[in-house]
Amino acid sequence: MGRAGSHPASARLLLLLVLLRAERLPGAELTFELPDSAKQCFHEDVERGARFSLDYQVITGGHYDVDCYVEDPLGNTIYRETKKQYDSFTHQAEVKGVYQFCFSNEFSTFSHKTVYFDFQVGDEPPILPDMGNRVTALTQMESACVTIHEALKTVIDSQTHYRLREAQDRARAEDLSSRVSCWSVGEVIALLVVSFSQVLLLKAFFTEKRASPQALHS
Amino acid sequence: MGRPALLLLALCAAGARGLYFHIGETEKRCFIEEIPDETMVIGNYRTQMWDKQKEVFLPSTPGLGMHVEVKDPEGKVVLSRQYGSDGRFTFTSHTPGDHQICLHSNSTRMALFAGGRLRVHLDIQVGEHANNYPEIAAKDKLTELQLRARQLLDQVEQIQKEQDYQRYREERFRLTSESTNQRVLWWSIAQTVILILTGIWQMRHLKSFFEAKKLV
Repeated sequence: MGRAGSHPASARLLLLLVLLRAERLPGAELTFELPDSAKQCFHEDVERGARFSLDYQVITGGHYDVDCYVEDPLGNTIYRETKKQYDSFTHQAEVKGVYQFCFSNEFSTFSHKTVYFDFQVGDEPPILPDMGNRVTALTQMESACVTIHEALKTVIDSQTHYRLREAQDRARAEDLSSRVSCWSVGEVIALLVVSFSQVLLLKAFFTEKRASPQALHS
Repeated sequence: MGRPALLLLALCAAGARGLYFHIGETEKRCFIEEIPDETMVIGNYRTQMWDKQKEVFLPSTPGLGMHVEVKDPEGKVVLSRQYGSDGRFTFTSHTPGDHQICLHSNSTRMALFAGGRLRVHLDIQVGEHANNYPEIAAKDKLTELQLRARQLLDQVEQIQKEQDYQRYREERFRLTSESTNQRVLWWSIAQTVILILTGIWQMRHLKSFFEAKKLV
């Protein structure tokens, strides 16, 4: 920032504001609810040559599956899968433009699904924009920091995957618990109804035939 | 002086701030964030309205508002505010779990545009990703190495929070499984007992019935 001295203070402030806005990694990690027989699409602007990846997983709902497809700006389908529970897809963008990825639950008539997706474009930008244009090599301390940062990112990613799987298992367990309750109560009622009707039916048979045995014996 | 201002304006107007999706006039879109407690979430959104005559999305829509509602895992509303066509909302979680962020437009003006669609650019940053490092560096006057160390500390803190949350979730899961186990056990015993009692009752009732009928 040695050149900053030659700029007026207001320009420096503007530059700082520019830097503050310009450090977000493009892409998103979102969890949304997909109603039954619905399709939801998301769009992202990708530069030519950038590598993007899409990870998605169904967390709750039905058979935990969803249809997914990805389209490039020219309308070609570059990825299409049906009834997948989770998948990961990476692609090198050949065309600059808006890429679209859609999740479809149109095959299901009554189960709405919760879908998680993580769409990342390109590499992570440096935390200070200056770091990107270094002319010297990194010191040992800095390389150690970079290594630790990458390792921690892997840890956070695997924590996210565990969290999603746990959410899925917990949803199934709670579903099972409520189904066991309902079915147990239902079965007791069915049991009582069947035994009472058996007795009543049997009594009804013998009440009708009552006349004939008495007639024979009298 | 002119050039930095132009650059700032260019960056402001420069297309999509990340991901975008289309939303109907009265449609409500909800996103779920499963987060540990004391985690900050920052959401930025930008809306564009479809102009039927020009067949293009207008860069900014004055007078259009989006209502943002955030609910905590117990269903209590944490944030419920109206923002303009560009907005930024922040909240910090006080209980761990699924927080629901819902967005819907409040515009009635769109009723004039038949088949009106709204393009919403959304960016939600959670926990450590919500930190603005250049701002932190400027405020605390940190060197590059100190800033890297700060980033690592933030990441580790997030990992610790997530692990605490994992322990809490595992406990809930274990309680659910144990409750299911108990239920299966007791209901099976209850059903067997009811079955036997019903059988005994049936036999006794029918026996007394047939004896009354002088068939036995």
